[in-house]
Amino acid sequence: MSRKTLIPIGPYHPLQEEPELFKLYCDGEIVTDIKWETGYNHRGIEKLSESKSYDQVFFLVERICGICSTSHPFAFANAVEEITGVEITDRTKYIRSIIGELERIHSHLLWVGLAGHFLGYNTVFMWAWKYREPVLDLFEMITGNRNSYAMFKVGGVRRDIENSKIPAIRKEMALLRKKIDLLTGAVMDDPVIHARTKGVGILTRQDILDYGAVGPTARASGVDIDVRRDDPYAAYPLVNWKVITAQAGDVFAKAEVRLLEMYESASIIEQCVDVLEKLKEGDVALKINEIPEGIGTGRAEAPRGEVFHFVVSDGSNSPARHKIRAPSYTNIATFKKSCIGQTIADATISLAAVDPCYCCTERMAAAYDNSSGKKILNANELIALSMKRTSELRKSGAGHE
Amino acid sequence: MGFKDYCFRKSLWVFHFGGASCNNCDIEILDCLTPRHDLERFGILLVGSIRHADVLLVNGSINRRDKDRLLELYHQAPKPLLVVAIGACGCTGGIFAEGMTFAGPVDKIIPVDAYIPGCPPKPEAIIAGIVKLAGKK
Repeated sequence: MSRKTLIPIGPYHPLQEEPELFKLYCDGEIVTDIKWETGYNHRGIEKLSESKSYDQVFFLVERICGICSTSHPFAFANAVEEITGVEITDRTKYIRSIIGELERIHSHLLWVGLAGHFLGYNTVFMWAWKYREPVLDLFEMITGNRNSYAMFKVGGVRRDIENSKIPAIRKEMALLRKKIDLLTGAVMDDPVIHARTKGVGILTRQDILDYGAVGPTARASGVDIDVRRDDPYAAYPLVNWKVITAQAGDVFAKAEVRLLEMYESASIIEQCVDVLEKLKEGDVALKINEIPEGIGTGRAEAPRGEVFHFVVSDGSNSPARHKIRAPSYTNIATFKKSCIGQTIADATISLAAVDPCYCCTERMAAAYDNSSGKKILNANELIALSMKRTSELRKSGAGHE
Repeated sequence: MGFKDYCFRKSLWVFHFGGASCNNCDIEILDCLTPRHDLERFGILLVGSIRHADVLLVNGSINRRDKDRLLELYHQAPKPLLVVAIGACGCTGGIFAEGMTFAGPVDKIIPVDAYIPGCPPKPEAIIAGIVKLAGKK
């Protein structure tokens, strides 16, 4: 039996705001293997979705994850609109993009703050979260809530962005650029941050392709993918912006990609509000009487990568099947590459670098018989099996790993 | 001054338990500590261990996997302890109450002293709740 040290992080660790369990197997200071365990956050959303009407599902998918609470409704709207085959109005497209990009800004600022916190740079944490507040204020002005905006519905959005609110958005974007300048300057020029993040947690282009990672994690390793450009939706094909990539693949490159993406988001928002002013107010929702039978897939670029929703409709009031795949599901698998071989101190920032979101990722474990396809073990039986194994190990005196 | 008042008359230290939540309440709780709201000016501090805490903040719907751990944490905590259920999910289970893994709400598992509803509650609401709780005693 190996005598490796096991360092558990979680499931309720003060550093993490979500419950998850990492097991770092260490040899001295060096991490030799990593395992993670989720399920503390499982809420059975796909099943719940089948019991709700299409209008209600938006409120449910919004609560998959509080940080990407636009991306999930966005992808779900894209999926259902593919089934119905409607073309949403121009004003709706621009409003959807504005909400999506505001969310990207607040999410990236949140990440920069948390990354600073993980590095022991609490100043960055406080700054970034202070700069995030005005974005939330904009959300409150537009949608009435700081998070969970309840903005989307099939065929449109629930409320309009009145033209009278546009100057406030413009002003805030101008201020935000200055704040990001300051933050980018502080992060990019700091020798300590350079030392802590450069060459740490490197993911090569090949690793990204092997693990199928998406979003800023992939873009920081030179993989040029972005759903907004590759599978255009909403107003993204109608405005000018570029996909930010970096080549190094380390934590610093990921921070760089996210910081620069915020400028692009601000630019998209400014272009969108320019057009919004010229369009007719109030033209934001189509009347959709029924959802026909069919299959729809919807994709959206969340701040963390591609969100994928698959909806089967049987012509009734609620989805017959609703399958969700969130970006963190593929991204967290890259921990196997990025953390192994690092010291324990660097492993934490490597874990945080992909901006993992466990609320999105939760899955339930069950074992199926390969030949008959029958479920042979349910969750409780699996737990009982695991308990039995533990007691056997205790009896045999295996002790600590 | 009763024993409980005596225990809570100074700075309240808080331990945060995020159950099966959507992250929103967790973020808003963290937001309370950042410059705009700055709960630390009231001496309220987020601590890393339940053994140091006066207040247990619970947010999110509690699923079957969280339930035992929440109970364990409650038993480990030094008493008297104030328990605060935050958000719609913490108070009632919210939108996830019909879910197959739901084992809550919080007040069915451990006694709760205060409820702060909202989805998510604004940081102002969280601060108001905690201040009321500290004032009530």
